[in-house]
Amino acid sequence: MLVVLAVVAVVVAWPLYRATRPAAPSARDADVEALEAAKDSKLREIREAELDYRTGKLTEEDWRVIDRRLRAEVADVLRALDRAEPPD
Amino acid sequence: MALLGRACLIIALGLAVYGAGASIYGARARKAAWIESGRRAVYALAGVTTIAFAVLIAAFIRSDFSFGVVVDHSSTTTPLFYRATAAWSSQEGSLLLWVFLLAAWSSLILWVLARKGKLREVAPYATAVLCGLAGFFLFCTIFLANPFTTLANAPLEGAGLNPLLRHPSMMVHPPALYSGYTLFTVPFAFAVGALIAGRLDASWITSTRRFALAAWFFLGVGILLGARWSYSELGWGGYWAWDPVENASLMPWLCGTAFLHSAMIQEKRGMLKVWNVSLVLATGVLAVLGTFLVRSGILDSIHAFGASTLGVPFVALIATMAAGSIGLVVWRRVSLRSEHRLDSLFSREAVFLLNNLVLVGLCFVVFWGTFFPLISEALTGDKASVGPPWFDRYTVPLALVLVLLSGIGPVIAWRKASLRGLVRNLAAPLTAGLAVPILLLALGVSGHASALIMFGCGAFALTAVGQEFWRGAGARRAMTGAAPPAALLALVRRNRRRYGGYVVHAGMAVLFIGVAASSAFANQRDARLSPGQTTKVGGYDVRYVKPTFDVAHDKRETGAIVSLGAVLDVSKNGKHVTTLDPSRGYYPSVDVAQDGPVGRFYKGESTSEVGLRAGLRRDLWTAIEPDTSRIERLADVADRKFPDATPRLSLFIAGTLAAGYAKDPPPATFRVIDSPLVTWIWLGGLIAVAGALIALWPAGLRARRTAPAGYGAQLARELGRA
Repeated sequence: MLVVLAVVAVVVAWPLYRATRPAAPSARDADVEALEAAKDSKLREIREAELDYRTGKLTEEDWRVIDRRLRAEVADVLRALDRAEPPD
Repeated sequence: MALLGRACLIIALGLAVYGAGASIYGARARKAAWIESGRRAVYALAGVTTIAFAVLIAAFIRSDFSFGVVVDHSSTTTPLFYRATAAWSSQEGSLLLWVFLLAAWSSLILWVLARKGKLREVAPYATAVLCGLAGFFLFCTIFLANPFTTLANAPLEGAGLNPLLRHPSMMVHPPALYSGYTLFTVPFAFAVGALIAGRLDASWITSTRRFALAAWFFLGVGILLGARWSYSELGWGGYWAWDPVENASLMPWLCGTAFLHSAMIQEKRGMLKVWNVSLVLATGVLAVLGTFLVRSGILDSIHAFGASTLGVPFVALIATMAAGSIGLVVWRRVSLRSEHRLDSLFSREAVFLLNNLVLVGLCFVVFWGTFFPLISEALTGDKASVGPPWFDRYTVPLALVLVLLSGIGPVIAWRKASLRGLVRNLAAPLTAGLAVPILLLALGVSGHASALIMFGCGAFALTAVGQEFWRGAGARRAMTGAAPPAALLALVRRNRRRYGGYVVHAGMAVLFIGVAASSAFANQRDARLSPGQTTKVGGYDVRYVKPTFDVAHDKRETGAIVSLGAVLDVSKNGKHVTTLDPSRGYYPSVDVAQDGPVGRFYKGESTSEVGLRAGLRRDLWTAIEPDTSRIERLADVADRKFPDATPRLSLFIAGTLAAGYAKDPPPATFRVIDSPLVTWIWLGGLIAVAGALIALWPAGLRARRTAPAGYGAQLARELGRA
């Protein structure tokens, strides 16, 4: 029982006493994460729109319009990502 | 060992309180060390509750009757498999199972997010919510229903596990349901965290989507297993009775299904934020409500609820969760505004919206039907009954629309579908949807319009899904030149979410066809027969050939000491179809003084073991209720003659009485049901489960790898100009 208590205490208290402290979450991290999620979502949507076109759910004309709009949106997201997190 | 269990629970409660406090402090003061410490408290909580749960399971396996809960819910005669799983048949054990699963899933999501460095602003608040829920259940477990309460004088034998629960599916059913409930608290907690932190983009949905899907999967499996148990164990011949216990699990499942659909709209379009967050919060509340309904005693009567120690704390928790959720949504209403509008009514978004309305409507019907008797009892003192006909009146039309939508959804494009494409894509499903009921009518199947419409809707949905796979594989073949099976496999592998979802839709269509057929076209007959007599049901002749008995030889290994049954010969037009052997198992009562050393073998609990011939086209289901009045009379005589009979002698006499029953059997009561397409329900459920697994399966590393943002931006600019 005491062993359980001791192990629990060490596991839980370790971050408070170790020498290196992790960085606190920042609003910028969250913004980047939201942009990453938006990017993934848009890229998935581009692929899905193409699948919709190839399976006959969209006419070529409609698909091209949607595809162009989505690519413009993803470009905006990627530009915002570049601004938020400049590439190496 | 009980001391270790108790200590673990107290440590766990301390960890839950600390975890919540440290996480909130860390988030408010922006101190990552405290946030990490709070997260580690959840890991420790999982470890400590695992030890406590293992201690309890070990006590059941060892038949340690110093534990009160083991005495009440197990015995040395309970088979090992059922002893190992009897822990969660008790109130105390099920609450511990809840908190154990909650801690395990909470640890998993927090570990995954920490490893990926995601939702760092939201996670501390979600941790606090998860710790708060764990703290509540630990409080109940420690102070109101402690599984580690010990007895001063341990008895030599326990009461045994309720015989009705001695069924393999019933042993998996509670952990599956509780996994569903606890997994749904994960998106609930992260929705609360996102609202508090003001991070209302789709990140929290994306990061917890797999957990919501897993919750849906486990809850669905639990509901299906419960239905299977009802069908094969309860002896009434049905699989769903709109019982409040069943409804308790159905409500969060319906709400969760709506969320899984509408969440896609937010992920893709940034729309329906208020709706999504409300749905997931409602699902979380309904998951706790489901536990409350089963555990508070409220279902027995509003008065039993008042007497229950768990009732009031649960109401307080649910009220806090509901009021807090509403308050948070109102507080963040401005940030929750949609980023886009619906492009067209001819779009998948619009179909999803309609599907959401139907699912929420169904959930409301089930909610009202479940709570109306309780409300009426509270107001008038009389418990008004709301039976299956009431539920069917409202749920059948909604289910028809739902199946229809499950076929329309896959064939319609996101954003804006062209009318020409829609007509082209709906042609084959519509043809099938109309042809099937017309064909059935031509074949003489009539009299149940809603069932025929459901067959049409099912055919529509199945054709739509089949067409999607066909066209998708065709498109893939055209692009890659792969062989059809390889193209199909690659299509599903590259679009797991989409095609996994389609498989789920196909499974649900098959399931609903089975429900419609078995509800509308079943033939049932209750008959009292002597050996040699025959009853007719649905064109079958069912003849009672001979009685059977078993003593201390339980073929189904449920722990029944005596079983009395029958051999039934089923024929059609004079040709033998099958032989069925329904029986009833008798579990000895532990009260020897009251029931007598021999009488106890027949005066304890008994359960039905059905005789079943299942097939793709129809099931022949039989149950027997032997007339044991003569046996019980003779057992009373034996008990008067041999009041101090040893267990061996008592068993011998009980066996002799069973043999006497078989030699000169009194008439027995049989229920015989000829029901079409019941197997389709289980088959449809399995297909849906397979679809959910496809959607849950993680994408390969190659698929997940993304290009660096700078390169991606350049690429996108190029593509944008194209």
